Amino acid sequence: MPASALENDINIGQIKSAVSLGQKAAHENKDEELDCSCAVIKSENFSFYYGSKVGVKDITMDILPCSVTAIIGPSGCGKSTFLRSINRINDLISNTHIEGKLLVNGHNVYDKNTNLVNLRQQVGMVFQKPNPFPKSIFDNVAYGPRLQGIKSRSKLQQIVEDSLKAAALWDEVKDELKKSALSLSGGQQQRLCIARALATKPNIILMDEPCSALDPIATGKIEDLIDKLQNDYTIVIVTHNMQQAARVSERTAFFCLGELIEYDSTVKIFRNPGKKQTEDYVTGRFG
Amino acid sequence: MAKHLQREIENLKKKLLALGAKIECSVRDATMSIETQDVKLAQKIIDNDIDIDNMEVEIEEDCLKILALHQPVAVDLRFIVAVLKINNDLERIGDLAVNVAERAIFLANQSKFNISTDLLDMARNAQLMLKKSLDSLINHDAKLAHEVCTSDDIVDEMNRQMYLKVQDAIVKNPEQIAPLIHILSASRHLERIADHTTNIAEDVIYMIEGQIVRHRAEEYK
Repeated sequence: MPASALENDINIGQIKSAVSLGQKAAHENKDEELDCSCAVIKSENFSFYYGSKVGVKDITMDILPCSVTAIIGPSGCGKSTFLRSINRINDLISNTHIEGKLLVNGHNVYDKNTNLVNLRQQVGMVFQKPNPFPKSIFDNVAYGPRLQGIKSRSKLQQIVEDSLKAAALWDEVKDELKKSALSLSGGQQQRLCIARALATKPNIILMDEPCSALDPIATGKIEDLIDKLQNDYTIVIVTHNMQQAARVSERTAFFCLGELIEYDSTVKIFRNPGKKQTEDYVTGRFG
Repeated sequence: MAKHLQREIENLKKKLLALGAKIECSVRDATMSIETQDVKLAQKIIDNDIDIDNMEVEIEEDCLKILALHQPVAVDLRFIVAVLKINNDLERIGDLAVNVAERAIFLANQSKFNISTDLLDMARNAQLMLKKSLDSLINHDAKLAHEVCTSDDIVDEMNRQMYLKVQDAIVKNPEQIAPLIHILSASRHLERIADHTTNIAEDVIYMIEGQIVRHRAEEYK
């Protein structure tokens, strides 16, 4: 099994966090000052090192529940490093260490007693390149729930249907669920990966440039899906496409050389950013 | 990509400044045509208005092209939005200068009629406001743009005084009702020119500071 497929597959479990009240309150006050008390992801002076090389440095930011947060920045600025730290996928890389705290649903994910399986049940991930398993569409989505121990065919069918519907793919594949996932188009494969992540019912979804391998129509469908999913999930998306960040996110973080330069409402970042460095980057003057 | 955008923005800036210079000339000539009762000069303003209209359309098309092709953000987006609005205000000022020139032609034919000095003062004030608003645009000078907003009250007050004077003059000299109405009309056009220059100044402030300052007249009192 390829490593990337394994990464997606880790999102198993049924943990729906206890932030629902805070989620609603936060959702109704999107434009107001960030209420850190209901932040679902909380980074406190978090630094990540590859050996002696800094990946991200001293990141302090709070990510609101049930919203889309975009992370933008030039290549090598640490945005993917930060994203992959949230569900500790970076642990797969040797000789790394961290400083500071990174809390998900109030729990420091770098605590020694963190259960990685539970963490990755809560925090799903979608990658740049669609990575379905070489199995049927049905088996791809049912993979996680089966690992969780669900054996009932009817229950699995229901989960597969719900997940595919939530990922806006059901209508396109409902009559060919036994067909190989690899026969789907790139956009469909990416939505299948999202459905597979949703099947284990995470409350956070990390997306690492999910549309960079897709055409504009497939990108449009994924963006529509992100817009729909934010009602129920906290989404953090890393993207090089600034128009995409502007279209889909509520808040945007700008990273540069491993540091968080500015984190504010997306409207502010793209209309009247507070820092010159941010303005230079979003207007293409950077470098 | 960014260099293409910067080049387009520079070209747009040049075109807007060329339009601004033309409008400044129109307003200055309109004032002069009233002052010197120069019918030829007034007619020239009317004839040249078509050039201003064409420039306005060209600038708007350039803005739409930039928005469609480059999707500018932050300071570039604010600049394009400001240009779209300033372009519109400049064209309206051009039309008002034509209206003033038409009044000048009428008044020039009223041989026994003396032009009110208030009207000339008003014209100079409006002209100065226009000059300052364009300077604030060129030099990215928000302070100067704020000054323009403050100056609008002076021209408004002059227009109010003109209304009272014309009302009084009509009662005293009912035979001069036609030229007096033209004077009042010219006064109103000049006051509108000042209003449009205030709009330009407000758009310059938005472009520089990212703050919409319209409808906050109290702050300038």
